[in-house]
Amino acid sequence: MEFGLSQEQILLQDSVNKFLGDQVPLAKVRQIATGEDNDSAVWKGLAELGIPSLLIPEAQGGVDLGTVDAVIVAECLGYHVTPSAFISSAVMAPVALMAAGKDDTLAAIADGNHRVGIAFGEAIGARRDAGILVDGTTLSGKCLFVLDANADAYLIATPEKSLYRVRADAKGLERNILTTIDKTRPNCELILDKVEGELISDDPEVYLQTLDAGRIILAADTLGAAQSMLDQAVAYAKQREQFNRVIASFQAVKHMCAEMAANLEPCRSMVWFAGHAFDELPDKKRLIACHTKAHLSEVGKFIAKTATEVHGGMGFTDLVGLHYWFKRIGANRQLLGTPELVRDEAARIQGFAA
Amino acid sequence: MDLSFGSEYEVFREEVRDFIHQHKDKQPNPAEMRSEKTLAWQKLLIDHGYHSRTIPKKYGGYGAEPDIIKSRIIAEEFSAEQINTGLSGQGISMLTPVLLEMGNEEQKQQFIKPTIHGELLWCQGYSEPGAGSDLASLTTKAELDGDEWVINGQKIWTSTAHIADWIFCLVRTEPDAPKHQGISFLLFRMDTPGIEIRPLIDMTGKRNFNEVFFTDVRVPKDQIVGKRGQGWLVANAILGHERGSLAPPDVADARLNGVVDLMRTETIGGEKLMDNPVYRDRLMQLQGRAMALRLNDMRLLSARINKNQDVKLAAMIVKLMGTELRHEIEGLAIDVMGEIGLSYEDNPYVRDKGSWQFQYMFYLGLIIGGGTSQIQKNIISERGLDMPKEPKVAKSS
Ligand SMILES: Cc1cc2nc3c(=O)[nH]c(=O)nc-3n(C[C@H](O)[C@H](O)[C@H](O)COP(=O)(O)OP(=O)(O)OC[C@H]3O[C@@H](n4cnc5c(N)ncnc54)[C@H](O)[C@@H]3O)c2cc1C
Ligand SMILES: Cc1cc2nc3c(=O)[nH]c(=O)nc-3n(C[C@H](O)[C@H](O)[C@H](O)COP(=O)(O)OP(=O)(O)OC[C@H]3O[C@@H](n4cnc5c(N)ncnc54)[C@H](O)[C@@H]3O)c2cc1C
Repeated sequence: MEFGLSQEQILLQDSVNKFLGDQVPLAKVRQIATGEDNDSAVWKGLAELGIPSLLIPEAQGGVDLGTVDAVIVAECLGYHVTPSAFISSAVMAPVALMAAGKDDTLAAIADGNHRVGIAFGEAIGARRDAGILVDGTTLSGKCLFVLDANADAYLIATPEKSLYRVRADAKGLERNILTTIDKTRPNCELILDKVEGELISDDPEVYLQTLDAGRIILAADTLGAAQSMLDQAVAYAKQREQFNRVIASFQAVKHMCAEMAANLEPCRSMVWFAGHAFDELPDKKRLIACHTKAHLSEVGKFIAKTATEVHGGMGFTDLVGLHYWFKRIGANRQLLGTPELVRDEAARIQGFAA
Repeated sequence: MDLSFGSEYEVFREEVRDFIHQHKDKQPNPAEMRSEKTLAWQKLLIDHGYHSRTIPKKYGGYGAEPDIIKSRIIAEEFSAEQINTGLSGQGISMLTPVLLEMGNEEQKQQFIKPTIHGELLWCQGYSEPGAGSDLASLTTKAELDGDEWVINGQKIWTSTAHIADWIFCLVRTEPDAPKHQGISFLLFRMDTPGIEIRPLIDMTGKRNFNEVFFTDVRVPKDQIVGKRGQGWLVANAILGHERGSLAPPDVADARLNGVVDLMRTETIGGEKLMDNPVYRDRLMQLQGRAMALRLNDMRLLSARINKNQDVKLAAMIVKLMGTELRHEIEGLAIDVMGEIGLSYEDNPYVRDKGSWQFQYMFYLGLIIGGGTSQIQKNIISERGLDMPKEPKVAKSS
């Protein structure tokens, strides 16, 4: 048994971290978040590293790696609060399309030239403003909080858990950016008026599989973002002085940091294991995905708050940009099912409730 | 213990309700601090005794005798309908009580009336880049030159400095005295030459606080509250008020009522949020905590009138518990909204103008501002429970 990363995985992690550290520093993230720039150059750079092709088979130009590898990349992206279409285009869309046996666009996705967004809100828990109606092969209605405002196509899940694909430039489709707290990854709404859609799968398993993958990736993103906040808090505490001493020498501050570390460290094992289970443990993977998503949401929330507190007033300002991580973690919590909802699913999966 | 509400109070409650129904259309947008509507609403509240209730008439208040039950009734009726309770800036909640306690007669005459009526906006110039939790190490200095103080230095995190008319400011006037005894409390206009204000963006995206730089700012000598070197005493009197005012229990109640409204109207997958037992339990837990804090507040109020009770600890916990509670109430609203809870700013699906998201972050700011939670816990343990301080260390080099 070896519960750890392989040499290749460590190399992958290093190369992604190096690229993000050099090419997508906080200054760049800020430009994208404030609308001065968009994420296409970042996506192109990630494509050069092969990131969008990670899960795609070699036959379609991919590198055919596993979900643990995807989790590692997501952790790096969260650590650097990187704006990217990774969760939708590199993970959820390929998982759905491969499970449904629809290979036609995988090569373009692998190149990074074709971005696929995800519109699952209606199937997860429809809210009062939205709703999707299918009539033959046309879709009408509204999807909210769709992942990736800059995609070329979207996978839409209906309340019956069927998946349809629509093109972003399809007739009758209107796309509006929705401002959210997390400006690093813009969401949008899709308003559909008899839009021609292609049925990808009417097997709920395909939808569920895709959802599980998305939840694991959100958890991994939170893991990385929370690790960064902890690292920043520790570094700040060692350098900031009050009462003639560094604040890291106050037990209150040390305990805040120790508690963050104590909560976060088991999360790393959990997230890695969730990636492993997704590929290897079909009977357990859904339960593990649910718990990982919910648990990371809770730990992330605690760390987002506590790391900000360690920074004092500085944490509340834009000066050090800590809020980008705070909001990213907040968004990951709300997307694809909030903790209560996901834990309820975990109980049902185990037959604890009907 | 006598908590009976006599019939006189039921009459009073009816009066408050009548007022609300008659005037609630005149409520201003709480974000506007300067509009005519805001000033008119503020005056209306003071004239009816629903704001500045116990501030003497000669200083522009309503001049009522303290009466906890009436204050309670006003608070209950206003929060039940989520009615705007009037202005609460730093001038009103912090400076006014201090002037009443420590100001001279001229200062009371000059400042209190326009301050409570919202005509004079104040900012609080305490924190500096090197003096946050260790406020007493502040270095902004004021030297007497003839009839004027000459001020040099820098403040930071100064909320509303960019819109304030005046500042109450801590400065070092006695450089040779021990650090707590060398500070004075000055009041001066924000348009005095030599003041430069640089706004800082905060995590909510707003520019509500600032860096403030002083270069040879000249201020009349008599604009000091208390004596030279007594500024720390004056400031601590204010900090007591600030800590009480940062998270008023009645506003927590009003926000909880807002969550109730959300949970009754919003649905997920067709199910009303209030029908979800997990969310409902989280709501009830917070309601219980809010209730305990509100009753704690009532006991504090009562002790202000009957001074025979020891409420030291009850007062010390207010800021810590109140700000944490508010942060959690706002967070529950976001959680129950699911993906809609992400909405912000101009998002058309945002509920209640994004106030839940804004306040969730803002209350994290208030967990830090006005003395962090860690500092509150030090105060509770050291001054409240008589535990020894952490050993002091020599200046680390
Ligand atoms: C069920 C049980 C089984 C045990 N079994 C064994 C055993 O088999 N063999 C053995 O040798 N011992 C054993 N112990 C003893 C145990 O290791 C000690 O109780 C423990 O180390 C704490 O020491 P103490 O009781 O002297 O408490 P103290 O050290 O006096 O601590 C009292 C409180 O002060 C706090 N405190 C102390 N120092 C610090 C500090 N620097 N910073 C912050 N807080 C501090 C502690 O956290 C604690 O809350 C056992 C204890 C228990 C309760
Ligand atoms: C929203 C907001 C509004 C504000 N408005 C104003 C204003 O209008 N006017 C004004 O003057 N100031 C204002 N402030 C500043 C505020 O008072 C300070 O931020 C606060 O006192 C903390 O100081 P600091 O930011 O320097 O943090 P630091 O003092 O550097 O604290 C950093 C961390 O160290 C911890 N720490 C420090 N000392 C100790 C200790 N002895 N024991 C244990 N832990 C310790 C703190 O708890 C914190 O976690 C505001 C701040 C905020 C966030």
